[in-house]
Amino acid sequence: MSTTKALEGVGGFLDDRFRGAKGFRTFFRKIFPDHWTFLLGEIALYSFIILLLSGTFLTFWFQPSMTDVIYHGSYTHLDGVRMSEAYASTLHISFDVRGGLLMRQIHHWAADLFMAAIFAHMLRIFFTGAYRKPREVNWLIGIVLLTLGLLEGLFGYSLPDDLLSGAGLRITEGVMQSIPVVGTYLAFFLFGGAFPGNVIIPRLYILHVLLIPGLILALITAHLFIMFHQKHTQMPGKGRTEQNVVGAPMYPYFMAKTGAFFFFTFAALALAATFAQINPVWLYGPYTPVAMSAGSQPDFYMGMLEGALRVMVPWEWNVAGHTFSFNVFVPALLPLGAVFTGAALWPFIERWVTGDKRDHHINDRPRNAPTRTGIGVAVMTFYGVLWLEGANDVIADHFDIALYTTTRIAQVAMFVGPVIAYILTKRICLGLQRKDLHLLEHGVETGIIRQLPSGEFTEIARPLSEEERAKLVARTQLRGPAELEAVDENGIPAPATRGAIGKVRARLNTILTESVELTPTNGHGGNGHGGNGHGAGEPARAAVPAGGPQEISAGAGPAASPAVSGGGGAGAVGGAGAVGGAGAGTDGGVAGHSGSADPGSPGDPGPDGPVQ
Amino acid sequence: MRWITARRRHPAAGFAVVLLMLVAIGAGYAAISGPGAASASAPAADQREIAKGQDLFAANCSTCHGLEAQGTAVAPSLIGVGAAAVDFQVSTGRMPSAGPAAESARKDLAVPFASKKYGEQYIHDVAAYVQSLGGGPTIPSASQVSTAGASVAVGQQLFIANCAQCHNFVGAGGALTYGKYAPALTQATPTQIYEAMLTGPEAMPVFNDTTLSPENKRNIVAYVVETRSEPNPGGFSLGRIGPVTEGLVAFLGLLFFMVLAALWITAKQGKTKPNE
Amino acid sequence: MSEISGHGEPNGSPAEAGGSHPGPRRVIGTPPPAEARTLLGTGLPDGPQPPPRELPAGPEDPRKAKLAERIVAACFILAMLAGIGFIAAYIGLPVHTVDAVLRSNLALGTALSVAFLGLGVGATIWVRHLMPDVELTEARKPMASTPEDRAAFAETFAEGADASQFVKRPLLRRTLIAATLPLAVAPVVLLRDMGPLPGTSLRHTVWKKGTRLMEFVTYQPLTPADFSSPGGMVTVIPEGYEYDDDELAKAATIIIKFRPEELEKPTVLNWTVDGIVAYSKICTHLGCPASLYEQTTHHILCPCHQSTFDAPRGAQVIFGPAARPLPQLPITTNAEGYLVAQSDFHEPVGPSFWERG
Repeated sequence: MSTTKALEGVGGFLDDRFRGAKGFRTFFRKIFPDHWTFLLGEIALYSFIILLLSGTFLTFWFQPSMTDVIYHGSYTHLDGVRMSEAYASTLHISFDVRGGLLMRQIHHWAADLFMAAIFAHMLRIFFTGAYRKPREVNWLIGIVLLTLGLLEGLFGYSLPDDLLSGAGLRITEGVMQSIPVVGTYLAFFLFGGAFPGNVIIPRLYILHVLLIPGLILALITAHLFIMFHQKHTQMPGKGRTEQNVVGAPMYPYFMAKTGAFFFFTFAALALAATFAQINPVWLYGPYTPVAMSAGSQPDFYMGMLEGALRVMVPWEWNVAGHTFSFNVFVPALLPLGAVFTGAALWPFIERWVTGDKRDHHINDRPRNAPTRTGIGVAVMTFYGVLWLEGANDVIADHFDIALYTTTRIAQVAMFVGPVIAYILTKRICLGLQRKDLHLLEHGVETGIIRQLPSGEFTEIARPLSEEERAKLVARTQLRGPAELEAVDENGIPAPATRGAIGKVRARLNTILTESVELTPTNGHGGNGHGGNGHGAGEPARAAVPAGGPQEISAGAGPAASPAVSGGGGAGAVGGAGAVGGAGAGTDGGVAGHSGSADPGSPGDPGPDGPVQ
Repeated sequence: MRWITARRRHPAAGFAVVLLMLVAIGAGYAAISGPGAASASAPAADQREIAKGQDLFAANCSTCHGLEAQGTAVAPSLIGVGAAAVDFQVSTGRMPSAGPAAESARKDLAVPFASKKYGEQYIHDVAAYVQSLGGGPTIPSASQVSTAGASVAVGQQLFIANCAQCHNFVGAGGALTYGKYAPALTQATPTQIYEAMLTGPEAMPVFNDTTLSPENKRNIVAYVVETRSEPNPGGFSLGRIGPVTEGLVAFLGLLFFMVLAALWITAKQGKTKPNE
Repeated sequence: MSEISGHGEPNGSPAEAGGSHPGPRRVIGTPPPAEARTLLGTGLPDGPQPPPRELPAGPEDPRKAKLAERIVAACFILAMLAGIGFIAAYIGLPVHTVDAVLRSNLALGTALSVAFLGLGVGATIWVRHLMPDVELTEARKPMASTPEDRAAFAETFAEGADASQFVKRPLLRRTLIAATLPLAVAPVVLLRDMGPLPGTSLRHTVWKKGTRLMEFVTYQPLTPADFSSPGGMVTVIPEGYEYDDDELAKAATIIIKFRPEELEKPTVLNWTVDGIVAYSKICTHLGCPASLYEQTTHHILCPCHQSTFDAPRGAQVIFGPAARPLPQLPITTNAEGYLVAQSDFHEPVGPSFWERG
């Protein structure tokens, strides 16, 4: 076939010069695991590409200048109105360039989708523990990308110099001004003088089209390269271990799927740009520092900052001729700063607390890391409360709630909400783990009721398939190595737990690794019900050496449930993972049932079959 | 003997004196009572309208506002508010008020003002009556609220400067304190918009004619009316309240759509797992 | 070097082994024919043999595959037509009015959406129904290098460090660092001229004795008689600065008409005229124009973060994050009866800053 001959020609030409055969072959055969949540990052990636394309289009017409002009263009409602060239050129793009409004809207929707996808992707990484070694650096790169994306979006929607975004710039200037010692200097340097000045738009423009996209592009490249080099994580399942990757090859499968996803992303953005109007700057009017609209909010990804500013109490100190504006720089820096810094440090905190220095390539199901998931939901709640508060006047208006009441509610909920969310989430995770254990021990209910000769009714449960079993059972050990155990065989405290910090660490370790242990025995005899599957306080030490790659426990080994169950101290968050709730360490070593009633009780060996 | 003295014992003499005195008192009172705001607009209401208005007022308004419109604990005095205020409040259905509330909302007109045949006339009657009590701004004429020849661009600048901080940049409404709100301007007629500016209903400030000239009021009316009927070239307007609804669409629409696409692309071919 | 192996049971047929759950297809390796071509030129008969086949050649069910192929083709043809439609709409539909832009946006956007949807749907069906399902395994190595590699690297590094004399000659090292330090700081220094020093500019506005209060937008001066309806509020700017946004960002002011008996301390009554009081419009929280005035409660509400100021009582803060009241502008009337300022504000307006005092 001439096509193959042509390919041979081109291929030969390139290979003669670049020696690519082996490398490309490896690349083509690279295995990509498949799960829908792995595509969330791709949404961000493709949105970014679309941002680059649509943004380049816009640069051909946009004038980043604050020089005043009198408008006499196509949008007659603003005829004769004084406005900046930036605003006038935006009107020109919207009304006088074919496809201009479509491109503007695609660009803005893509920015919103980019940020939304980053949040979704980041949450997926967090809840599945995919930030653990060796991927901590990629996690940090991701957080930097999130921050850059925030800034990029802020600068981008400020470029048209309209009433809404100009108000946002005013608030930004006020926040800068409030910073102690250097605030006024920073503000004057950025704006080239007093607000609004006439250089902020051109400066934001070059940051928005050159500097920040360059940084984002470089970091995305690094992010993808690292992911490629380390191979993607995979979800637990049959045949999946820490030493392999199971999936379909890059060529042609993954290329085709990712290509399809790119088309879907573009299609979604094109649909939004056709049917959902976004940022109608001609309705806002040009910016003037003398006027303001009700219901002014920044784009959603800045909403948390806005809410933090609204929720703050009026706290200001005037000391010796200087003003500490706590009411401004505390909400501007503290909540978002705490969330981002906490997120950045989390992989290292978790590593320190659990002592887990192994590589992790299998994702956790969120339920299998109850404390981590609880903390994540708590932070989401904190973020979410402040985010809603950012829109409190719109909420007050549309849901008929008194305005001040919304702020009062937020002031309370931002502290109470995360606590409740943590407790609820953790309990739910532990409950789901118990359900998994129940499935492992008893199989899946089939709904078929059977009467036994003795007259008793029982439900038939079919055993789990291999794949179902593999998924439930493939869990990494959360618990860290021996060095974090309180006492060794001779009763001497371990080095890592000595001292105040050591005690804190040990205690945090207990809380963070709390989990329902999977000890599926035959479900009837033994310690399948009640207790924790071991003698009172007897730890199974051997399972987890520190460091080195680790085979995940594919089901059999009873995962240790040591000191956790033994003491009151660990009871901080309730029943320390004891299965069946019969209390910690009560009946270690008891063979046979402790008599908790359940349909799988001894006496009906037949239908269930041995559930291994 | 004078002509009138000769008829002092005429049967109609007493009635004539009473009538004379009434006219004299009325004229004297009119001469000394304060002037309402000068507004060269609607023709003076005739006595019939005022009388009918008084009846309607007694039946529908006096419970809260007092029989003389002097105000009570639950409702302010209406003396001096003018026909424009009454026309605004009643024609938008805010008054008669259903009950105490943080703010009276636009609602369906109450009987008898809802009557198709006579409703508008009844509103004018009550307005005329209240106007007669203490003057105040009168109902603007059709030419005063006409948008013909008005400048939408000037109206836009005035609206953004004076109105947008409560009503939002196109008049989509906004929240005030303690459960009050600045309503959306989607249903207000040009007359009602004009009257609201003129009389400052409830929490709204008063923009009298020397602060905001009649011509500028017309410009603002033109801006509101033209903008709310302007098509949205970018698609559905999402309420014209800005990034809040846009963000909702980004999450609930765009991201959700992408998740569905991801689920489809990565689904195993046609095989479903039992009992998952 | 990574190995890919088919994860397989000997029974590779689509039919399931008894009772177990049907899983993804497994692949049997079969060697390719000897004359199989490679992309890099036909191999000599005794040249390197291509590796064993890993992927299935085609889908299992030819009939279903044919149907899928037709569906995919239809999607792609639809996408092509939509693409042509996009170009046609661009050429054929003008803009320049709001209605025309609406039509153009609708047409262009619909065409674009259909084109990409067609491509996306077609590609997805292609992957899912025409490409046979495959699950392969690739081995992972630990990310850490082998101890030998690490040792070799360490040795190369150490050798180079020795050869460069960097470690052995501290004078070289220190002077190198000293040389680069000023250059590293220079880029920061170069930014100095980005803006002027703030000086005292934040402390003052352009209001002076005798500056007339001009109504914003209409740019008309006002007399107390013009502004005599209690409950009125309007924005005013200093005369002569109609288009100076830099000054207006500090000097914008609101005047509110009260009945004189309604004004109380700490409102300075000497600074009012006939119940008309003037406050800075620039919110003391973060500088938004705060002019949401409620006539009934006499509150000035800033729409940005809901700071609320009590207008008859010196614009004291009664809710929200603002920490200071709105500064009051002293006003009076001039000889012609127009409202004028008596002087500048007696304190800095707008958001707080470090040097404010």
